[in-house]
Amino acid sequence: MPDPEGMFGIFGGRFVAETLMPLILDLQAEWDKAKTDPDFQAELQHLNAHYTGRPSPLYFAERLTEHLGGAKIYFKRDELNHTGSHKINNCLGQILLAKRMGKTRIIAETGAGQHGVASATVAARFGFPCEVYMGATDVERQAPNVFRMKLLGAKVHPVTAGHGTLKDAMNEALRDWVTNVDDTYYLIGTAAGPHPYPEMVRDFQSVIGTETKEQMLAAEGRLPDMLVAAVGGGSNAIGLFHPFLDDESVEIVGVEAGGKGLDGEEHCASLTAGSPGVLHGNRTYLLQNGDGQITEGHSISAGLDYPGIGPEHSWLKETGRVEYVPIMDNEALEAFQLLTRLEGIIPALEPSHALAEIVKRAPTMDKDQIIVMNLCGRGDKDVFTVGKMLGFDLS
Amino acid sequence: MSQTRIDRRFVKLREEGRPALVTYFMAGDPDIETSNAVIAALTKSGADIIELGMPFSDPMADGPTIQTAGQRALAGGQTLPKTLDVARQFRKSDDETPIVLMGYYNPIYVYGVERFLADAKAAGIDGLIVVDLPPEMDEELCIPARQAGLNFIRLATPTTDEKRLPKVLTNTSGFVYYVSMTGITGSSLATDTRGVSEAVARIKAHTDLPVCVGFGVKTEEQARAIGVAADGVVVGSAIVSAIAAANSPEGAADAVSTLVGSLARGCAAARIPVGA
Repeated sequence: MPDPEGMFGIFGGRFVAETLMPLILDLQAEWDKAKTDPDFQAELQHLNAHYTGRPSPLYFAERLTEHLGGAKIYFKRDELNHTGSHKINNCLGQILLAKRMGKTRIIAETGAGQHGVASATVAARFGFPCEVYMGATDVERQAPNVFRMKLLGAKVHPVTAGHGTLKDAMNEALRDWVTNVDDTYYLIGTAAGPHPYPEMVRDFQSVIGTETKEQMLAAEGRLPDMLVAAVGGGSNAIGLFHPFLDDESVEIVGVEAGGKGLDGEEHCASLTAGSPGVLHGNRTYLLQNGDGQITEGHSISAGLDYPGIGPEHSWLKETGRVEYVPIMDNEALEAFQLLTRLEGIIPALEPSHALAEIVKRAPTMDKDQIIVMNLCGRGDKDVFTVGKMLGFDLS
Repeated sequence: MSQTRIDRRFVKLREEGRPALVTYFMAGDPDIETSNAVIAALTKSGADIIELGMPFSDPMADGPTIQTAGQRALAGGQTLPKTLDVARQFRKSDDETPIVLMGYYNPIYVYGVERFLADAKAAGIDGLIVVDLPPEMDEELCIPARQAGLNFIRLATPTTDEKRLPKVLTNTSGFVYYVSMTGITGSSLATDTRGVSEAVARIKAHTDLPVCVGFGVKTEEQARAIGVAADGVVVGSAIVSAIAAANSPEGAADAVSTLVGSLARGCAAARIPVGA
C-alpha cells in the first residue's frame, strides 16, 4: 500500500498543477468510500461477470509446455475479455466512480487504442460522451481501433503536439482536464499518474491475480513458482502480481520492451535502462536525457511504447521483489508466431514479450514447477503490424 | 527569510502606486543570443519582474504557444545550466530586476535539488514557479528553496477554494500568482474582469503578499483592467508569440519592446481613474 501522500517509497506522489489538485482530492475521497461500499463492489462484480465474462479461464498450455520441455505453463486468459484485453477491468471500475461523482463527460488517453476502445465501450454502456486523445502517429498505425472507437460513439482527437505518441496524448488529456474541471472525469488507462490512480487502477486490475490464485489452487493444489507479465505502464502486470507479493515462494518477473536493443534509444525499457524522474503526476523510472527531458521510446508493440512505468513497479524493482528484464522486438515476434502455431491462440504483441521470456526460462526449470503468464490481450489488432514485418501484403 | 529582490521591487511599486508588469519568455527560444537580447529589451521597455521559462519536453499546463517555444529551445540545445547562464549574463548589468524561474520539476529533480538551489542563487535567481509541485509536495523543493533564500511562488486557481487557500499560501513567498482561469496558458481572457477582482480580494483576505494575475493577458487594455485590482499583471504567451514571429535577435528585441511598452502603459494607467 502507498502512504497517505500516495508514495511507494520515493515513487508515486501527486505532482500536478494546482488546478487539478482539488479534483484529485475529490477523486480520492470518492474512491476511499467506494472501495468499502458493498453496493459498489457488487455492481462491479456483476458487470465483471456478465459484461466482461469474468472469471477469465486459467489455461494449461499443454503443447507449449511439451515443446519447451521444462516447467508447466499456464495462461491467465484476459485476452478473452469483452473488448479483447485486460483494459476493461479498470474501465468498468472507473466509469462507476465517474457516475458516483456526478461527472458527465469522459476523457481518456490511448496508445495502441486498446484502452481507448475499452473507455469508449464503457462510456457507451453508461451513456457518457467520451473523447479520446491519441497520438497522430498512433492514429495512423492503429486505424482499426480508431474506427472501433468512432463506432462506439467516441470522438478521437489526433494529438500532433510533441511527437504524437502516447505520452503526448496523456499531456493533451491532462490539458483537457485542467480546462474542463467541473464536468469531466479523466479515465487513466494504466497504473500510473497522480495518486490515487496507481493504487486505484491496481485494485481494479487485481481481479486478475485474485482469480489466478483461486484457480491455481483448484487446478494444482498449490501456488505457482513464477509469474510473468509484460509491463508498459504496468497495469496488467500489477494486477497479476499484487495478490502474490506476500507469497515469498513465488518468483515474479516483469518484461519490458527492449525494442531494437538497449544500447541506443530505440527501446522502452524504463526500469532496466531509465532513471527516476517526475512525469504525468508521479515519480517513477523514466526514459530521459541528462537534462531531465523525456525521450521517445520505441517498441514493436504500441501498447508498451511509453517512456514511464507505474510507480509501484519502480518500488518493486528497488525492493527487489520483482525482477524486470527486457525482450527485443524480434524475440517477441518469434514468440507471437510460436504460440499461434502451437496453441491456436493469436496473442497481442504485448504479452508476446512475456511469452518470449518464458521461452527462455521454462526449459531451465523442473517439470514439476509452474509458471503463470498473463495473456492480457488478443492479437487481432496486431495482424497488420506482424504481416508487414513478415513481408505479407495485407492492403 | 531575508528580503529578496522581489520583496524590494514590490515595496518600490507600492510607493509608485502601480501594479508590476511581470513578463515571461522561454530561455533559449530559439537561441541564447535572442534570449540575451530579449531580457535586456524587457527591462528597458518597462517590465518590472522577469519570468524565465525553463523548457521541458512535456509541458502539461501549457498551450501550443509555450509548448512550441519549449520545443524550439530544446531543439536549439537549451539546458538548465544554459538557462542559468542567461540570468548570470543579465546580472552583470542589472542587479535589481527580480528574475523568477518558471517551469516543471523534472529537469530540477534530475539536476539535483541542492545543487540547483546553490547554482540558481549564485546566478542571481530570486524565485521559483514550479507548475507541478502543489503544497502536498512541499518537502521536495519549496521548503529547501526557502531555506536557500529563494522565494517559492505558488499558483492559486479558480479551483482553489476557501478551505484550500490557506494550505496553498502557507509556504508561499515573494508573491502569489493567481491563474485567472482553469485551462492552459495562452487561452483568451474572459471579457468580464470583475471575477478576477473578486478573486484577488478573496486571496488578499488571507495574505499580505502581493497578488499577480496571469493567463490570457495580451493587450494594453487588458493589462490596465487587470491591474486595477491586482498587484501585478503577468504576460507570457503574447511575448512568446512576438519572439516567434521575429527572425533575428534584434527583431525579437524590437518586437518585445513595442509590446511591453504598451503593456507597461496599461499598467501605469491602471490606478488612475478613467477620465481623470
